[in-house]
Amino acid sequence: MAYSNKVLDHYNHPRNVGSMDKNDPNVGTGMVGAPECGDVMKLQLKVNPSTGVIEDAKFKTFGCGSAIASSSLATEWVRGKTVDEALAIKNTDIVNELSLPPVKIHCSVLAEDAIKAAVADYKRKHETGEGFEKAAS
Amino acid sequence: MKTPIYFDNHATTPVDPRVVEAMMPFFVEKFGNAASRNHSFGWEAEKAVDDARKKIADLIGATSKEIIFTSGATESDNLAIKGVAEMYAEKGNHIITVATEHKAVLDTCKKLEKHGYRVSYLPVKGDGLVDLDMLRDAITDKTVLITLMYANNEIGVIQPIREIGKIAHEKGVLFHTDGVQAVGKIPVNVIQDNIDLMSMSAHKIYGPKGVGALYVRRKNPRVQITAQMDGGGHERGMRSGTLNVTGIVGMGEACAICHREMPEESKRLQHLRDKLRDKFLSELDEVYVNGSQEHRLPHNLNISFAYVEGESLLMGINDVAVSSGSACTSATLEPSYVLKALGVGDDLAHTSIRFGLGRFNTEEEVDYVAGRVTEVVRRLRDLSPLYEMAKEGVDLSKVHWAAE
Repeated sequence: MAYSNKVLDHYNHPRNVGSMDKNDPNVGTGMVGAPECGDVMKLQLKVNPSTGVIEDAKFKTFGCGSAIASSSLATEWVRGKTVDEALAIKNTDIVNELSLPPVKIHCSVLAEDAIKAAVADYKRKHETGEGFEKAAS
Repeated sequence: MKTPIYFDNHATTPVDPRVVEAMMPFFVEKFGNAASRNHSFGWEAEKAVDDARKKIADLIGATSKEIIFTSGATESDNLAIKGVAEMYAEKGNHIITVATEHKAVLDTCKKLEKHGYRVSYLPVKGDGLVDLDMLRDAITDKTVLITLMYANNEIGVIQPIREIGKIAHEKGVLFHTDGVQAVGKIPVNVIQDNIDLMSMSAHKIYGPKGVGALYVRRKNPRVQITAQMDGGGHERGMRSGTLNVTGIVGMGEACAICHREMPEESKRLQHLRDKLRDKFLSELDEVYVNGSQEHRLPHNLNISFAYVEGESLLMGINDVAVSSGSACTSATLEPSYVLKALGVGDDLAHTSIRFGLGRFNTEEEVDYVAGRVTEVVRRLRDLSPLYEMAKEGVDLSKVHWAAE
């Protein structure tokens, strides 16, 4: 299969690889996929609790080149967005940006799921304490 | 050293230049139809076919009359299995095979099931080998055929063919083997190995694509098969169709070269294969060789690099041609059914790579590939959340995954 140049670029130069402390109350962690399915994505967001803006994002991915590229792209896109803006990112945006073929669409779905899971984790952490919605308002 | 490097010799092999040279006169100058009985063009073609038949027979310990030419091993498998099933339908309707066979065997068996035949698909042990007691127990008075491959195309494990043939003959059952990966690579002798029918292919042994053969035993027992292709009655009525003289000449020459050079070549390739394997085992943690290491083709290495998905690894070594058992590289989006049959988990199947060395590979290439793969595995493990978790001591089998 031929890969698009953008997929190759993200694969060869993945952006924002790494891990953050998952116990940090300002860090939301999303882990989606399963080793048996051949794809696991871990996406972490560091949110400024007073503004709700995502200040940093990191990923690690076990999966094919398209899965790596989708999650790498996701970290680029969420940075600087508020968590609610990040939730608006659609898998189809990733498909278009990376020119993913139909057989790789599930990689983009996984990246969207990873963003949602990371945001949900962050929100859960803040439900008990001072929620960011409240803090931001 | 030239790139890309070809390490996928189980899929196909380049044609040996000596084979090409032998074939050349049969395109333009000696183009006759081997079935033309009344002029020199035909006689010349027929003689070339006879010479090739002899070379192929010699390689496997058969006689010339026992070699039936086909278009390749898929056709040979179809002809053997369907041909026996149809010919011996009055005797019984049961066939025994194993789960790790090539699709040309498995799908042929499935087709026969639709026509009322019963097929037993035996499991294999963790090393990929068939359990002989289980095989013996599976035979019934309705069993007409055991079809079991000589050596596996993915993991390279060599089945106990001689014992399987012995069991078949004790029970009066015919024994067919798909010999595609073994013939020309390791010593195969149809008499000593108790084989009744054997499929072969030219393009796996440095011959051309589009030509293969089926060995059909003529004595003790005399095996009969029903033709699956009707027409001019070529190949003693078993396979009609004008012979691919040029291809057959190539297959004959390819077999003759394998016959001469096998002892030296298999030793050299085994050394290279072992070097490749040892490099991975010493440089990287958590790598697992799939299938028996003892009963294995000398040029095969199938290995899982845990926590690194196969397709992403292939992408990183894009100047090296190998194949992966990962779902992402298959048309079905399922990981390798062969590895599954061995009990290899889907997680490790996704990380498996098959290296198939061949006649034209060099030690320099092996060193290069070993270095490249090691480097890319390390890079991708730095990217792998699974490797990170494993290093933290998390038991991945106990994690509740979101996708499950």
